[in-house]
Amino acid sequence: MTALATDLVLSTRGIRKEFGGLVAVSDIDFDIPRHSIVSLIGPNGAGKTTFFNMITGLYKPTAGRIELNGKEITGAKPHQVVRAGIGRTFQNIRLFGNMTAVENVLVGLHHTLKGHWWEAIYRPRSLLREEDRALERARELLALMNLLPRQDDYARNLPYGDQRRLEIARALATDCKLLLLDEPTAGMNPNETLELTEFVRSVRDRLGVTILLIEHDMKVVMGISERVTVLDHGEKIAEGTPAEVRANPRVIEAYLGRGAAGHG
Amino acid sequence: MNVAAWLARNSRLLIVLIAIAAVLALFGTSVPIWGGCTAALDRCADVVAIGVFQGMIVALVALGYTLVYGILQLINFANGSVFMLGSVAALLGVEIFGLTSDSPAASVILAFAVILPVTMAITAGLNAGIERVAYRPLRRAPTLATLISAIGMDFILQNVGQIIIGPSPVSLPSLLPNDVILAEPVVIKVSHLFVTGITLPLLLGLMWFVRTTRQGKAMRATAQDREAAGLMGIDVNRTISLTFLLAGALAGGAGVIVALYNGSAWWQYGFSYGLLAFTAAVFGGIGNLLGAAVGGIFLGILISLNAFYVDPRWQEVVVFGILVLVLIFRPTGLFAEKQSERA
Repeated sequence: MTALATDLVLSTRGIRKEFGGLVAVSDIDFDIPRHSIVSLIGPNGAGKTTFFNMITGLYKPTAGRIELNGKEITGAKPHQVVRAGIGRTFQNIRLFGNMTAVENVLVGLHHTLKGHWWEAIYRPRSLLREEDRALERARELLALMNLLPRQDDYARNLPYGDQRRLEIARALATDCKLLLLDEPTAGMNPNETLELTEFVRSVRDRLGVTILLIEHDMKVVMGISERVTVLDHGEKIAEGTPAEVRANPRVIEAYLGRGAAGHG
Repeated sequence: MNVAAWLARNSRLLIVLIAIAAVLALFGTSVPIWGGCTAALDRCADVVAIGVFQGMIVALVALGYTLVYGILQLINFANGSVFMLGSVAALLGVEIFGLTSDSPAASVILAFAVILPVTMAITAGLNAGIERVAYRPLRRAPTLATLISAIGMDFILQNVGQIIIGPSPVSLPSLLPNDVILAEPVVIKVSHLFVTGITLPLLLGLMWFVRTTRQGKAMRATAQDREAAGLMGIDVNRTISLTFLLAGALAGGAGVIVALYNGSAWWQYGFSYGLLAFTAAVFGGIGNLLGAAVGGIFLGILISLNAFYVDPRWQEVVVFGILVLVLIFRPTGLFAEKQSERA
């Protein structure tokens, strides 16, 4: 294992989730160094999604502690976690389909704005300035994703790849320090996958965010990640660089051994 | 054989035909419908105009149903009672200010410049409080539990209204002058201008708020995917509270208008107007703001035509007959496709 960087964006200590008698995630320690791209992999049912949901506040951990930038966020509500600095995308795209692309990004910006609802009625200058700034920022993010020409299209009418990138734009709008990508290349052809991989790296470099990836496509995981953590049956069975993880016999047995080894 | 097969294929049409036949048969035996129609066709424009004014009030209440449904998929049955308590508040306000039919116009206007916003604030807070007490604890319960809770709140508030003003309708002094402003092509009175002057800005203002403001976008996002909205940093509970505040304010505003326009307040108004407004919301496609507004005005016109050409006692039959037809042919309401309006 490589030495842990001192500057951690996220660290969990012994987080655990039980549903009734079933232990879905068991005592996981997990660290994400700042500005890194880290992957979480594991067979179906390994507890990846449960882990994700605990970090983002959808589930309350049964035990353990989650820290973001050194501040505890264990048991915080989803919107509080977002405000603390975690943004995410979804495995099955969950854009606001009946809103335009730019409106979706503006929803992401929502919590960074201060205007009160009663101000919307008499519209003081401070509110108008804030709205202008928000729109400008939303357009910047759309431009970064090459989506500016489609800003006024309804999200549901965008092609699949554009929807994926719009989700990333919306997540980045929340001003996150840690971006969680849940299977971002699901349903993409090899070309789109390659493009998105490059894109994820450039987002990290240009915006200085840290990226945690859940991914099934081994090519993507091995190509992009600096560190990989493997879960199986709710437990962490391996951690390290892609090469180390690929060589780990437990990983091969649990995961890569079943068909995916052919990719590697 | 062929006939039976055809009937089986078109059973929906058959049901509708039977329903229409039954309604017509009932009409034919009890009211002289055909004679009445031709007698006063020249007053048709006036009748429609009156219907539009009535309908705008219904639309205000209907927006409350549709707003809440859009965000929680819940029919807030208490909405009608919140509206009723708005008219009770208007009645109490008139008593506090000591207004009578002889009060000068200036003091009536001044008094209502206070009564209207105060009532709207009270009903807004009341509606948000109902959500906090009766719906939020049941957020993860089956929808039926919340629905029963809503019906319970409705009964409680009806009784509150009865406690405050008693079981019989209470008359207000006639405060709106009966002057005719316009006689041609339709009769417009001061009272009509009063209704329009308050209702139209509220209707348009709400739609503008939901469409353009930051909080409106948060409401639409929450309505479409509550969980995803939370994961994008929106405080879902706050957004839901704001929705109930807005719905309550509209219901309260409508209550004040009805108290003045009809010249009375009664604890049963909540039920009768609430049912109409709910029907209007379903008619327009529940969850759709424009649909609720158009549905309200359409129902207003329908009621007015019915009252003039048929018989006011047939109001429920006509209104719900139309509702049944709409639900059979367009179960999602008239405006279901324009989902971008959803809040």
